[in-house]
Amino acid sequence: MKMTQQDYQHMSDLASPKTKSYQTIPMAFLIGGLICTIGQALTNLYTHLGLSEKDAALTTSISLIFLSALLTGLKVYDNIAKYAGAGTLVPITGFANAVVSPALEFKSEGYVLGLGAKMFIIAGPVIVYGTLASVLYGLILFLFKLY
Amino acid sequence: MSQKINRSTLKLSSSPSLISYAAVAGKKESEGPLASYFDILYQDNGIGQETWEKAESMMQKDVSAKALDKGNLSAGDIDFVFAGDLLNQCVGTHYGLRELGIPFLGLYGACSTMAESLCLASIFTDNGLAEKAMAMTSSHFCASERQFRFPLEYGGQRTPTAQWTVTGAGCTIVGHSGTPPYVKGVSIGKITDFGITDINNMGAAMAPAAADTLKTFLNATGTAPTDYDLILTGDLGKVGSELLCELLEKENIEIRSVHNDCGLLIYDLKSQDVHAGGSGCGCGASVLCGYVLDKIKQGVYHDVLFMATGALMSPLTVQQGETIPGIAHLVHLSDTPW
Repeated sequence: MKMTQQDYQHMSDLASPKTKSYQTIPMAFLIGGLICTIGQALTNLYTHLGLSEKDAALTTSISLIFLSALLTGLKVYDNIAKYAGAGTLVPITGFANAVVSPALEFKSEGYVLGLGAKMFIIAGPVIVYGTLASVLYGLILFLFKLY
Repeated sequence: MSQKINRSTLKLSSSPSLISYAAVAGKKESEGPLASYFDILYQDNGIGQETWEKAESMMQKDVSAKALDKGNLSAGDIDFVFAGDLLNQCVGTHYGLRELGIPFLGLYGACSTMAESLCLASIFTDNGLAEKAMAMTSSHFCASERQFRFPLEYGGQRTPTAQWTVTGAGCTIVGHSGTPPYVKGVSIGKITDFGITDINNMGAAMAPAAADTLKTFLNATGTAPTDYDLILTGDLGKVGSELLCELLEKENIEIRSVHNDCGLLIYDLKSQDVHAGGSGCGCGASVLCGYVLDKIKQGVYHDVLFMATGALMSPLTVQQGETIPGIAHLVHLSDTPW
């Protein structure tokens, strides 16, 4: 084959269909928005039941994490995510799915080296860099407050 | 006795025949257009096993038993078995063949394994080194996903170029029965790398290897694509198939009228939501051993070039920034011997 890698890369780009962003982005907003609406409804419900605003927000997070984990276990979450994309990935439900799905998958290698070790295989980087970002943020805030 | 036509192409003068063959397939494949051609259809991809790896081994046990049974043979009749799969250390094959006691050579050719194993089994038989030799491979969607991509229940989206790993296996026994299908020639492919790095676009990574192998074979044999009823690639899918045709057009070889791909045949691309098509060792293996060999036996196809393609991809090296090399081996199958 007389062809350079660049030429082939170009040929391959032309032959490969692109993600239909005009479909996936509105879907992500719609389902992501729906999850947030459910969250708001839960917060309202919990405040109505007498919880303080702070406790209601916390309970809402716990409820959404529970629902996401349950739906992952029932093999439903990935089917919603297939259509929702970032809509199910960005909210706290996506994080719960990213922890529960490897836990289920790698259970076959045992509770320690399988489930325990691989549970954070997807969510791990988010925790690491999330923590790092919060340290940097704290540092910047500290420096600003000095002057 | 095999004759060397060029560096990588052999003419198998004794025309070894595929005396028996069998194919098994999983749930999604049994909902596809080729369902009626498979010998065993599993309604549950777990196949009653505790792990996906055990399920894949079970498929190899079942498909080899079925091929032996259809040919009225026992494991003791087979001199050598050439087999492999996609899993690390080829565990699907090793545990699948553990109890058979046939002298074994393990192969890793990624998704090209069906053609690779069939090439070797045919060469051994053609040269009298084996009375009967077995070629086999398998792949399992769930076992592959957890090794190469994400956990099954992870909520990710697949890209339009992604392919669906086939849950299936194929096995054939090569000997000299004097009945079709015959193996008339083989061509061993070279590792070809055109710099593709997207693990969700395997078709693009493998197409140059397929183009190179086919061109080499046609040049060596002095034949044209129209001399064959079917040029069947293993799992290039929609994107890879298009790229293969385009690459060959640049070399003035037109294959569109006779080309098809196992990854496009095994599923209904639209209704089964498999994006660019099927992939995996089991894709080429089950389509060849289920559908194509039957059609050659019935005389529907006279001359077929089966070319299983493999993306020699490791998630580890791709994360280290390496590109994805491809490979393709070719087997010339026919309903008439030399």
